[in-house]
Amino acid sequence: MVDEVVEGTETKVMTYAEAIRDALRVAIAEDDRVFMMGEDVGIYGGAFGVTGELINEVGTERLRDTTISELGIVGAGVGAAITGMRPIVELQFSDFSAQAMDQIANQAAKIHFMLGGAVNVPLVIRAPGGSGTGAAAQHSQSLETWFVHIPGLKVVMPATPDDAKGLLLAALDDPNPVVVLEHKLLYKTSGDVRVGDARTPLGVAAIRREGKDLTIVATGVMVSRAMEAAEQLAAAGVDATVIDPRTLKPLDSKTILASVTATGRVLLVQEAAGTLGFMSEVAAIIAESETFAHLRAPVRRLSGLDIPIPYAPKLERAAVPQVEDIVAAATALVTEW
Amino acid sequence: MNPLAQDAEAAKSVLKTMWMIRRFEEAVEDLYGRGMMHGTMHLSIGQEAVPTGACLALNKDDYITSTHRGHGHCIAKGADIERMMAELLAKESGYCRGRGGSMHIADTTTGNLGANGIVAGGVPIATGAALSAHMRGTKQVAVCFHGDGAMGEGAWHEGVVLAAMWQLPVVFLCENNHYGMSMASEKAFNLEKLSDRAKGYGIPGVTVDGNDVQAVRDAVQEAVDRARSGGGPTFIEALTYRWRGHSKSDKNLYRTREEIEEWRTHDPIPAFEARVLQAGTLTETDLEEIRNQVRDELRSAVQRANAAPDATADGLLEAVYAS
Ligand SMILES: Cc1ncc(C[n+]2csc(CCOP(=O)(O)OP(=O)(O)O)c2C)c(N)n1
Ligand SMILES: [Mg+2]
Repeated sequence: MVDEVVEGTETKVMTYAEAIRDALRVAIAEDDRVFMMGEDVGIYGGAFGVTGELINEVGTERLRDTTISELGIVGAGVGAAITGMRPIVELQFSDFSAQAMDQIANQAAKIHFMLGGAVNVPLVIRAPGGSGTGAAAQHSQSLETWFVHIPGLKVVMPATPDDAKGLLLAALDDPNPVVVLEHKLLYKTSGDVRVGDARTPLGVAAIRREGKDLTIVATGVMVSRAMEAAEQLAAAGVDATVIDPRTLKPLDSKTILASVTATGRVLLVQEAAGTLGFMSEVAAIIAESETFAHLRAPVRRLSGLDIPIPYAPKLERAAVPQVEDIVAAATALVTEW
Repeated sequence: MNPLAQDAEAAKSVLKTMWMIRRFEEAVEDLYGRGMMHGTMHLSIGQEAVPTGACLALNKDDYITSTHRGHGHCIAKGADIERMMAELLAKESGYCRGRGGSMHIADTTTGNLGANGIVAGGVPIATGAALSAHMRGTKQVAVCFHGDGAMGEGAWHEGVVLAAMWQLPVVFLCENNHYGMSMASEKAFNLEKLSDRAKGYGIPGVTVDGNDVQAVRDAVQEAVDRARSGGGPTFIEALTYRWRGHSKSDKNLYRTREEIEEWRTHDPIPAFEARVLQAGTLTETDLEEIRNQVRDELRSAVQRANAAPDATADGLLEAVYAS
């Protein structure tokens, strides 16, 4: 399972942004109920170029420019979802989920349960998160914990172009609200993407690399940093497994636990602030499991600092884990234990 | 009160402020283009008459709340351009010690409660500052600068509703530059004038030519006088135009080159210069002197800002909570 894209499937090199656009194209073509709305997704092509020129292919009925009204956009998505449509809403930055939170947390997440299962909310909310662009504190947060903490929401964090497409298509199939947290720094990265109607199932982690000395679990942009760190570690004789959960909720804890049981050491890497970050949950799952008995070292988390993201480039860099931090933390785990 | 163009001191100050905003942002654009600045930039070139005219109606201790496109508000309210530039250049001497950048510059000493990365984020905050002024009995007024696009946000609605209910001393000043990013305001809102909305909130509303510094000053003065004397909030729509793209990612696909060119002929700065010359208040030599003075002041501010030490990551963890 190390290689994502199964041998023999037809693939094409695309950027992460192009892969999302391809998913939108596929979904809009195959299902009349699918449409997307958001700020500047039409002629502008999206703040990060995700929709590009898609408006020319699908038109303004299926790709709708909205006013600057995040609560309204998500709420309209909820209303459309419970009445037979398959809406995708784009929040220009995941930070603006704060504006939309009532509709996300109190409405979308709970309607199915509150109504005794009478109604489904097949809504997809796409939003870019993360730091690294100098956009400062209100445009750089990693907020996955907000969503993971709310029963009723599913949460995915694609780390590769193929998953950006595959997870979005799978999210659209799901009868529940799914929050898709993309990463700004990944939009321009490229990789092999399966062509056509190719899904990445929700709730299945990807083992990006296999090694016997320790397990690194990383999300979002930290996946590629962990892979780079793993290369450097390998050169120094340390053999790391890298796991990308892809779906944070429901989490594929089986894959993580099996790997940690085998390696006996685990480093959990996230960009988000550490306190009650998603990796705290992963650490707790490990601590509560059989795997605990196989640990040869304490569970380690490597997280963003507990601070708002600063503007200055050096400060911004210092605020979140970098490749060298991952290498250092992994080396310490292996050599000290 | 004399018209601004007929009063030599007032005319000089208006021109100095407008030119400073223009030249400051041109310098920012240049530094950004040369890779010396990080992040993104929202420039207000072409819109200088709005903050300049509005702040003429304010006292130093009156409040403003600003936006992502806030350099002009900050300068017009009296901020130090070296510290502004230092912030953009990620220096320790910047207004926010390099932690905030362009979208978060604030200068509380001149009543500027801050730019804002969140569209309409400043609207309820302005209401709160006006509430505070009212409760403390200070006679201070708050001016809330916001864009046309901000009027799509729930925060705008809620901030205005509270201010109207309590008849607070706040002026909601909409810089209608015709677009919220790519969304044309005439498409976004089914209104002939955005000020038509004021009636629905039970407050006075007026639309003025935002490229006419006199018209802006007069409208804001009237609103500020009313607010200060207990007459409650006012909504003002100032019609203007953003010459540059929304930010650095803008390819200007949603508007035509002709439209941009047409608006450039309504440049607020030469328009006011022409009026001053026509009134015989200042001579062409005086005008030249103002421009040169602004250029020199800015140049030396940029040099000093650039020579200052970079912002440091030391103490970031202690920077989050006040003690
Ligand atoms: C809550 C929120 N939504 C969206 C954005 C992204 N954004 C930043 S500025 C902007 C356009 C704002 O338009 P307007 O209020 O007219 O101000 P202008 O940029 O024209 O000065 C948008 C969509 C944001 N910063 N905050
Ligand atoms: Mg605007």
